[in-house]
Amino acid sequence: MKILVPLKRVPDPDTKIRVKPDGSGIETDGVKFAVNPFDSIALEEALRLREKTGAAEIVVVTIGGEECGEQLRTGLAMGADRAILVKSAAALDSLAVAKVLAAVCQKEQPSFVIMGKQAIDDDSNQAGQMLAALLGLGQATFVSKLELTDGHQRARCSRETDAGIEHVAISLPAVFTADLRLNEPRYVSLPGIMKARKKPLEELSPEALGVSAASRTRVLKVERPAGRKAGVRVKSVDELIARLRTEAKVL
Amino acid sequence: MNRILVLAEHDNGALKLASFAAAGFAAKVCAASGGSFDFLLLGSGLAAAAEGLRQSGAAAVLAADSPGLAQPLADRCAQVVAATARARGATIVVAAASTFSKDILPRAAALLDAGMLSDVIDVRSEGSDLTFRRVMFAGNVIATVQLDGPVKCIAVRSAAFAAPAATAALSPVEAVAVDAASLPQFAEFISREVKVSARPDATEARIIVSGGRALKNAADFERLVGGLADVLGAAVGSSRALVDSGITPNSLQIGQTGKVVAPDLYFALGISGAIQHMAGMKDTKVIAAINKDPEAPIFEIADYGLVADVYEAVPELMQKLKT
Repeated sequence: MKILVPLKRVPDPDTKIRVKPDGSGIETDGVKFAVNPFDSIALEEALRLREKTGAAEIVVVTIGGEECGEQLRTGLAMGADRAILVKSAAALDSLAVAKVLAAVCQKEQPSFVIMGKQAIDDDSNQAGQMLAALLGLGQATFVSKLELTDGHQRARCSRETDAGIEHVAISLPAVFTADLRLNEPRYVSLPGIMKARKKPLEELSPEALGVSAASRTRVLKVERPAGRKAGVRVKSVDELIARLRTEAKVL
Repeated sequence: MNRILVLAEHDNGALKLASFAAAGFAAKVCAASGGSFDFLLLGSGLAAAAEGLRQSGAAAVLAADSPGLAQPLADRCAQVVAATARARGATIVVAAASTFSKDILPRAAALLDAGMLSDVIDVRSEGSDLTFRRVMFAGNVIATVQLDGPVKCIAVRSAAFAAPAATAALSPVEAVAVDAASLPQFAEFISREVKVSARPDATEARIIVSGGRALKNAADFERLVGGLADVLGAAVGSSRALVDSGITPNSLQIGQTGKVVAPDLYFALGISGAIQHMAGMKDTKVIAAINKDPEAPIFEIADYGLVADVYEAVPELMQKLKT
């Protein structure tokens, strides 16, 4: 069994996001980067499935510049076996990312792909679904429980939907996207970090994969939303009710 | 000329109000740069839902009514959405952001080789060019973007677009032929754990009462958060902390990864105000927060803040609102 886990380099979730004064993008100087938290959950699930089933090769992949090697090393330190960095200087939108990942899948032929349901920078929530479509495979998004069945030919998934938890069975290979409550990812250990240094990290390019990965999305500018201001502190329940009724007129 | 396909959402035939917000986006684009829009409904037994879409100014209400679509499985639905978009020559496919559309629309976009924008809150046209504004980074950044290509897929925040005014003329309902044998079979629906509740859905309610970490167990949540909601005829919501600890079901979670809401009034009870939570509710008109920690970040965005223990303040609030 081979499991492919795409990882995205994003600003650490605890970082305060600042917009550049000229509105051309996000301030990245002095910003700490991390593996997208949902992707860490996806990788953790792959590691647990390997622990449960005995044998699986886990390959982490990312797309971006040299600096993304850092997040691949984190993935290797968590326990992935090898890493692929598809080098791309251009920022890619979800469809372009899905096209590159589809080419990686054609080359690697994984038993399934598991990745985060969304990256916490763009918040797009698209790439996994697009990848499944491009590969002509099934998908289960927002997965909070995953179990391989039928001799690893199918997976039984619980999905977190607006209406409640949905249970589906998906034929493999497939693409799964991880939701928050799938698991709690392990911390990287020091021996893990030492081992990760010796694990293979292969560099590829979209051209070498035969993909033209042009982004269709053009960001013209970014800005901070109009912020809310703190209102008033009321002293009692009576004052709260009075103000909601007479001032805000929402009760 | 814009040809817009609006993917409507329903729950066993009951239309989701967000469908009309998606139509509001379509109407706005058509008003600015011409064109028309159709609704598309997917499911089995759609007559009533189709009827409910006939007074919103659509050129047609397309109903893909098939037993094979009885459950919203993404592989099947996306194939029908993409096929219908092609058949109608759609230039834009739009839906309101929800787990339903997030599952299906990106898949349909890839089948159409179309780029997609999520969480769109505004659209403007300059000539035939459309410029969109969308939310990123848990609501901390608004990006102004354009999308290239002959077909665009758009998921809108339902609070950002008003429903089109009701029309006297009725849109015609047209059946979309679905060849059940050609539908993909990657996924098999097993079951859904639906929490039956008499309360309104948080995405459709005028008032939401939401609880956070200060609520110690499910019984307290129901008594205080549920109790106040029932006094006000409101929906209930929850922070992630309570879902993670099993006190509330995931379907109540509001935030970056849960539901995004913008009601007239949002009661935050014992919610500290993590940025991920605020991302899901800060477009609310009026926020009232009760928290015993005077330093809780929720007070930085609340219109009315009361520093108090929810276990004392909420029963008092319920009692006084009843009288």
